[in-house]
Parts: sequence; C-alpha cells; structure tokens
Amino acid sequence: MVAVLPLTLRAATLRRRGQVLVGPVDLTIGPGGITAVIGPNGSGKTSLLRMMHGLERLTSGSLDWSLPPATARTRQSYVFQRPVVLRRSVLANLAYPLRLRGVPPATAEARARAIATTFELTALLDQPAPSLSGGELQRLALARALVTEPEVLFADEPCAALDGRATRQIERHLLAAADGGTRLVMSTHDMGQARRIATDVVFLLHGRVHESGPAAAFFDAPQTPQARAFLNGDIVE
Amino acid sequence: MTDLLAGLREALRLIVTLDADLIEITARSLQVTLTALLIACAIGLPLGGWLAVRRFRFRRAVIAVLNALIGLPPVVVGLVVYLLLSRSGPLGVLGLLFTPTAMIIAQVVIITPLIASIAHQAMRDLWADYHDLLISMNATRWQRVTTLLIDGRRALLTAALAGFGRAIGEVGAIMIVGGNIDGATRVLTTAIALETGRGNFALAVGLGLILITIALLVSGASHWALRTERRSLW
Repeated sequence: MVAVLPLTLRAATLRRRGQVLVGPVDLTIGPGGITAVIGPNGSGKTSLLRMMHGLERLTSGSLDWSLPPATARTRQSYVFQRPVVLRRSVLANLAYPLRLRGVPPATAEARARAIATTFELTALLDQPAPSLSGGELQRLALARALVTEPEVLFADEPCAALDGRATRQIERHLLAAADGGTRLVMSTHDMGQARRIATDVVFLLHGRVHESGPAAAFFDAPQTPQARAFLNGDIVE
Repeated sequence: MTDLLAGLREALRLIVTLDADLIEITARSLQVTLTALLIACAIGLPLGGWLAVRRFRFRRAVIAVLNALIGLPPVVVGLVVYLLLSRSGPLGVLGLLFTPTAMIIAQVVIITPLIASIAHQAMRDLWADYHDLLISMNATRWQRVTTLLIDGRRALLTAALAGFGRAIGEVGAIMIVGGNIDGATRVLTTAIALETGRGNFALAVGLGLILITIALLVSGASHWALRTERRSLW
C-alpha cells in the first residue's frame, strides 16, 4: 500500500472574517512517531489540526498528502477535544465508521467488539453512548477513531479534563497506536504529557510555528526565549 | 353539563353497539388522515433534513416561507384546492372534487410545512452536534441525512404526531373540498360540525370524545413503538 505521508504544508493559512487563525505554516509531517502541538491558548493548535485534517479549507498556501486528497481523507481519523458521540449504543458508535465505508454489518460488529476489548469498553457495549462518563467517552472516541486502522490520527487535547488515571489509560492507547504504525499528531497543554509520549514537538505562537524539532532536544534546550519561557511555565504573550 | 353527560352516554352506546355509521366515519377519518400524513412525512421529513444539512443561497428564505406556511388558514387552503379541482378549474377533468382524494390533497398542503419545519428544527440541532464528526468520517451527503433521520427519529415522531393532530382535527378545508357527503366524504370532524348545527349535541359530543380517544391512542401507540421516554436522555 502506498503511504499517505508525508504531509507537506507550504505557507498554509487559515483566516476567518479577516482574522488569521493559523499560519502561514511551513511544516512536514513524515512517517512514524508522535508529534505534540503545543502553545498558549489561542495560538492556533486546534485550527492547525483541523486544517491538516481537512475540516477547514485553506485560505491560502498549500497542503499536500502524497496521495490525492479524496484517498488521503479515508486514511485518517480525528479525535475532538469535546468527544462527539452518536446517540446510539457504544457498539453502534464503534461500528459506525466501518459501516460508512461499506463494511458488512457482521464484519463491522466483529471489529467493533474486538477494539472494544482493547479499550476496555466491553461492559458498556449496549449502553447508550451519551450516558458514558468523561473518561469513557474519550476512550470511546479514540477507539472509534482507530477502528478504521488509520495511517494518521489527529487528536485535539485527547486528555483535556481527565484525571491522572484516565489520562494514563489514554496515553497507553496512544502509544500502542503509534507502535502499531499510526502516525499521531496531537495537541496538548500538558507539558508532562508531551515529555512522556512525544517524539516531535511543534511550538505554536500567534498562529505560527515558532519552533519545532525532536522532542528530546526541544525540552532539553529550547532555542527561542519564548519557548524557554513557555516551558518554564511563564505567561507567553 | 347535561349535554356533556349525555354525550358520554351516547359515545359509549355508539362504541358498545359498534354503530355502523360511526365505524364508517371513523375509518374514513383515519384513512384520509393517515394517507395525508404518510405523504406529508415522505415530503416533509427529508425536506427538513435536507434544509439542515445543505447550505444554499435561498435557504433562509425557504425556511421563512416554510414557517409562514404553518399558519396557513385551512379554510383558504380548502378554497384554493376547491378552485383547482372544480369542474372549471385546471384540474377539473380529474373529477376529484368531493372525494376523499381531494381531502387528502388539502390535508397534505396543510400539514407538510408543519412537519418539515419541526423536522428541520430538530435536525438542525442534531446536525450542529454531528457536523464535524460526520465531515471528519467522510460521510456522503446521503449518509449524513440518513444518520440524522435515524438518530433524530424521536424528534421526527413528534413532527409526525403534530401533523397527525392537525390533520385529524381539521374541519375547514375538508368540509369545503369533501362536501361532508354522507357515506362518501363524511369524517368525524365534519360530522361533529353537522350534528352541532342540527342541535344534536349528544351525538356531537359522543363523536368528539371518540375523536380525542383516537388521537390519544395513536400518540401512545407510536411512542410505544419507538420506545421513547424510557431512558433519561435520548
């Protein structure tokens, strides 16, 4: 199978009502690893992820996968900061993306049950999804995003509003997905989390990539004063 | 008060004796209303879903018109349908005036905007929830509409019930286009109007009670069938 990566952004910009949300951004996402997109609130983390996933249309610049856009769209998934679930059972939620792709019901259900086992959702399969707790919802959203075995997974603050135990659970699943060959691009405001699981870091400031590179180097010796201040927990404006 | 009590007795008598006229009138009421409802839902529900999902130039205007049409006076609808179907009207050759079909046409015109509008409101809220997810999952336009219709089925039931309630209780339009002909186009509401005019209050109240009972039964049955209100949220 031809790989969908690398993803290349050239001067990619997203504007709404004359205001720049993110960009111009030049960035290449190569195969393998976990990229953490970090930066202060309003720096454009979510906009960048949405733009890369194709939820927002570029105002200017270019964004290219190594495959045609229509094909690329079928090989990626997105986990929203506020989990969105269908008003159906957990099982139906997990099978839904497969059903959209025309997978026969029996096969889709079997695969949904299999991923539910991995994500410890088996006991909840028959419950209506909107009745789940916050941690369970986030697990369901992640499991549903991975059930199609995407090559790229975008996750917008996958652990926002979760406690330590639930966060560790999600991180374990994210690492397992990355080991399984899924390229992860996630935003996070939790520097501990970025240190724990990221292989690369993109530091956004005012909608632009201020600094980026391998995680270890970035955390050990940030090159810019703003990144240094941000990592120290100072308020960067 | 005595009239109401007499009406209650009359209603019981009519039901217990399985009065032939009553059964015929009731059956026609249900036949006309349910047929109209079926057609109106077939048009109104997908239209509501479509209006929620599609963005096009005159969308707001279409929705405004739709909401205005809810308030369409049935008598006026009856008049227009009458003129269209009358011998000298454009559709006069079909010979539909004073038939149940004419009544169905009038009712479809009256309840389709109501059903489409309620469906649209419900679908719009659901679509706001689902929008990003379905776009992200690459759902086709048809898959989006069907997902909304399936997941919003309870709201759609409300839309259909509202339409049913308006149609079964409607009298102005079907009186004009149906003519309240005994054995041909007489339904519960037109019979009530007639009996009231004749001063036959007991029978009128009896028919009225039966009408209300039917509305309750239909609502209860459809809720039971869709199992709404069993769980707390959806």
